Amino acid sequence: MKEEIIIAGFGGQGVLSMGKILAYSAIMQDLEVTWMPSYGPEMRGGTANVCVIISDRKISSPIITTYDTAIILNQQSLDKFEKSVKSGGLLIYDPSGITRMPERTDITVCSIDAIEVAAELGNAKVYNMAVLGAYLKTKPSLKMENVVKGLEKSIPSRYKDLIEKNREAIEKGMERVKILSGK
Amino acid sequence: MAEKILMKGNEAIAVSAIRNGVDGYFGYPITPQSEVMETLMKEKPWETTGMVVLQAESEVSSINMVYGGASCGKKVMTSSSSPGISLMCEGISYIAGSELPCVIVNVMRGGPGLGTIQPSQSDYTQCVKGGGHGDYHCMVLAPASAQDMYDFVDWGFELAFKYRNPVIVLADGIIGQLMEKVELRPVKPRRTEEEILRVAPWATTGKPAGRERNIITSLSLDSTTQENFNKKLLAKYESIKENEVRFSEYMTDDAEYLFVAFGCSSRICEAATDILRQEGIKAGLLRPITLFPFPEKEIARLAGQVKSIMSIELNLGQMVEDVRLAANGRCPVGFYGRQGGIVFTPEEIAGEFKKFNNLK
Repeated sequence: MKEEIIIAGFGGQGVLSMGKILAYSAIMQDLEVTWMPSYGPEMRGGTANVCVIISDRKISSPIITTYDTAIILNQQSLDKFEKSVKSGGLLIYDPSGITRMPERTDITVCSIDAIEVAAELGNAKVYNMAVLGAYLKTKPSLKMENVVKGLEKSIPSRYKDLIEKNREAIEKGMERVKILSGK
Repeated sequence: MAEKILMKGNEAIAVSAIRNGVDGYFGYPITPQSEVMETLMKEKPWETTGMVVLQAESEVSSINMVYGGASCGKKVMTSSSSPGISLMCEGISYIAGSELPCVIVNVMRGGPGLGTIQPSQSDYTQCVKGGGHGDYHCMVLAPASAQDMYDFVDWGFELAFKYRNPVIVLADGIIGQLMEKVELRPVKPRRTEEEILRVAPWATTGKPAGRERNIITSLSLDSTTQENFNKKLLAKYESIKENEVRFSEYMTDDAEYLFVAFGCSSRICEAATDILRQEGIKAGLLRPITLFPFPEKEIARLAGQVKSIMSIELNLGQMVEDVRLAANGRCPVGFYGRQGGIVFTPEEIAGEFKKFNNLK
């Protein structure tokens, strides 16, 4: 099993931390991971993306150019990465972040209105966890108990009270994800 | 089972320094390695192990603080990225000339000049061949994972004290920024004053009555003394070449073609090797783990076995010169590289490999 994922959006949307929680959850399930951010003169409001590879074997190259899954949170990222999803792969997007729909017909396309989930939970910071929930539901390779452990490992101790909120957001994301096309 | 933590290569350097009883870290921030000092400042080791962490006013200062700390027999280190390492080169030459142990981490970015902040391996020649003035070598270790970053701090100090020689951990922006699973090894406490006297009897720890003065200097005005010292260094480097070479091999047993690559490039070449093997092409990979000493004997041996060798680097072709020297005409040696912070992909390398070897 090997899953190559890109998460892309604006800086500040929690793209990097979503990747980190995903990676930590995989470690808790005794899998190998790499987490490689696009680093550069990044800033809040600029674009940010991270490649996460999860595998049951040692991972060689952390540099990848095609993806099993693309999690897309803004239009620039959709324009850039839609074409790089492997045929038969998965694309998850947040409709409030984009202005045109994905066009690929050879992949599974899902949407998650994560802003709505975050608003219902009254905390904008859990936005990324709703998106993560959508992914975990569509690709159920990680067990929820390991995701919760991953959350506990990734969240700094001063925010420990947020773990429950994050978990709620993940669960709501799992409920709300819509499969639009594909399998 | 030891605890496994998800961390960046840069964070692993910092955590490892604290857990391996390092006495002092002196640095100055620069992308892509600023997390080293950020992590140290967050962990506040001065409150636990007593380790000193200090942001100097420049890289020139930080390397000279390392020079001072090493003179006292302490385990001291610094980290920087390419332009910062250039600023340190005078100090590194003095440290090598004074035969002092220390660990210097270089998380390379593209150059020359201020260049780019993206990953590169273009300081190979600088770090492996010298960098500063004079006939000297640093031992150079090339990590390829966050775990290596963690482990090479301890290994680096072991070598540095064994040979009284500076050690450079030559990483790159990918290995610094990449988060992976890191297994924390057992803690080594900081050395006590008594232990320092034992492992570093040469150090300036205060002269007791009845002992000669310990003098730390790289200055020798008498030419004969200096030449004798140079010969002593040569003997040391020969001994290092004899005893400390480390490398790893992937699919070389039956290989007809060979990649040589270090650091992040070795991982990308491993993936390229898999691609080629799937197509029935018998490729293999040799990854030098030590760059000085260089695994020349192993490359020479494989050069007699394979049809060709390609050196794959994130620069314009630096290590390839050493690969050619090692192969010494036994087989053709080619090169492929990317520069400026652009990183090649496994597919790209497989394609270039086929071009070089006239394969379809």
